[in-house]
Amino acid sequence: MDEVNDAVVTIALLYPELLGTYGDGGNARVLAHRATVRGIDAEVVAVSASDPLIAADIYLLGGGEDGPQRYACEALRRSDFVRRIDDGAIVLAVCAGLQILGTSFCVEGDDAYAGLAVVDAVTVRGDTRAVGELRVDVGGSLLVGFENHGGRTTVQATPPLGDVVHGVGNDGVVDGFRHHNVIATYAHGPVLALNPWLADDLLSRALGAPLEPHRSVADQLYAQRCRVLGGN
Amino acid sequence: MTQRTSPRTVCARLAVRGVNALSRLLRRGSGTVAGGRVGLALDHSLLTHLADGRTIIAISGTNGKTTTSALMRAAWGTDVGGNLTGANMPAGHVAALVASRSRRFILEVDEAWLPTILTQCSPRIVCLLNLSRDQLDRASEVRQLAERWKAMAVANPASTFVANASDPLIVDALTNATSVTWVAVPHSWHADALSCPRCTAPLSFADRWSCACGFAEPESQWRIDDEGVVTKGAVTIPLTLSLPGLFNRINAAFVLAALDTLGESVATASSRLSTLDSVQGRYGLRRFGTRQVRLLLAKNPAGVAALLDDPDMLSREIWVAINAQIADGKDPSWLYDAPFERLAGKEVTCLGERRLDVAYRLEVDGVFATVVDESRHLKPEGPLVTIIANYTAFQEWMRLTTPW
Repeated sequence: MDEVNDAVVTIALLYPELLGTYGDGGNARVLAHRATVRGIDAEVVAVSASDPLIAADIYLLGGGEDGPQRYACEALRRSDFVRRIDDGAIVLAVCAGLQILGTSFCVEGDDAYAGLAVVDAVTVRGDTRAVGELRVDVGGSLLVGFENHGGRTTVQATPPLGDVVHGVGNDGVVDGFRHHNVIATYAHGPVLALNPWLADDLLSRALGAPLEPHRSVADQLYAQRCRVLGGN
Repeated sequence: MTQRTSPRTVCARLAVRGVNALSRLLRRGSGTVAGGRVGLALDHSLLTHLADGRTIIAISGTNGKTTTSALMRAAWGTDVGGNLTGANMPAGHVAALVASRSRRFILEVDEAWLPTILTQCSPRIVCLLNLSRDQLDRASEVRQLAERWKAMAVANPASTFVANASDPLIVDALTNATSVTWVAVPHSWHADALSCPRCTAPLSFADRWSCACGFAEPESQWRIDDEGVVTKGAVTIPLTLSLPGLFNRINAAFVLAALDTLGESVATASSRLSTLDSVQGRYGLRRFGTRQVRLLLAKNPAGVAALLDDPDMLSREIWVAINAQIADGKDPSWLYDAPFERLAGKEVTCLGERRLDVAYRLEVDGVFATVVDESRHLKPEGPLVTIIANYTAFQEWMRLTTPW
């Protein structure tokens, strides 16, 4: 997009009927709001699994329970989502969304289920469920959030999103991954509400230009969560 | 058939009474849980013995358990016992059963404990109100819970279920139940059952819900419409409540359907329901300084949706108090699943440990709110204010206010 002020950001919330267990729709609301307050039009389109994919500037994949996760994976496999990622689509994938983009994941027991293989991430079922606050050092920026998942994910060549400071993430050491314009994390639900810097990073990628600073209660919230969780 | 009481059970009953009395004496609680735990430790089959010979109605679901239990108690008549303090796990059930000789008993039951309670207490009627996401950091995801209920329904053929036909997860859970009285209700919350519990394909919600795989809403004997009119078959049931809100008329419809299934008079039951105007501080008017406040409990998205659906429940000024203690769920992500955008046009103040989360949740939908760090900074005078609070915040506000 050349002219930021004339731009319209289209945000595709993928399959909210399947991948929306933990307030995941909040990420779309936050992106749209942060664009709008800067005078940039934003449109959120909820795409059902029975609908074709749409052209969008940012795609959001949320968390979900086992059956819906498997169904969402199949719907994405039938679509041209992987090609769009290869072509540079900006994607935020959390929790089940993260697992779907990998080579395989476990649902409904310990059987491995084929993912979209966008990245070389293998998710197996952990001995215990990872539930609690998650803090991740993402290149010097602190990502704060909450995780609630039973998966343990191993990424091989793909770089992780960051190092786990507190919590489990992929494996207790690193969290998520980065691949082209895909950012994946186990910090579930409205992670962009808690991390305005990450929301702005996605938006500026979509716009191809840096954003004007925007102060809001989100900054107070981020500072509070960093303080409470012992970050900087 | 009433069983003979063993010495172990007698000891356990005495222990429950003794520990709970001591707990109340030492002001260590309301005396409903500690004794129950001791009793269960002494006699693992204590619940079965205590339930023996009683007619029990169990009430479970994500939202409305406590209010429906209170309505049921009002409607069933005199000498009805129950765990009416909200202690809805086995220790609370034990304490309530030991404390009362009533032959008619109401058990409010935590969703996760329902299979255990059915096995041990054999209730005649089991009301299943609804199932939706709630405190996911410490509870099962909702479909896992529905799967456990499915096995429960098969294992308890003597119980009759009075169940929500408009909730696909509940209908699926009762697939193999022997006896069900279905109640169709207007729903404001579908987000946990947008995909079919059987085949995972998206469900369609028209007048009744259905899936392409053939799974569909069953025919209901009881219905309640968007206006709150309750019908059994073609007959409209007169119903006057003092409790506000469509969701309380839905709760009342379950009460009438349950008592009708037991063979009680619907007309008599209905006439008794209007006597109840407050349930543990909820709904009734209370005093904060010189102000009238109405305290409403909402601890998950479906609960908030039900409250915000009803404009009569809300004053112009709204205080939203949200904590994230263990009892509330430590993860307030659910705020983004709740339709707080419906507070647009209201004068909103955010309170509680997660007040900044609430304020930003509102801001992204264009609802600007004031953040107040401590309740002493709130205006103690002015017009009626509605307080929407989750569990521990609600308890705090019960302490900060007095009956009007």
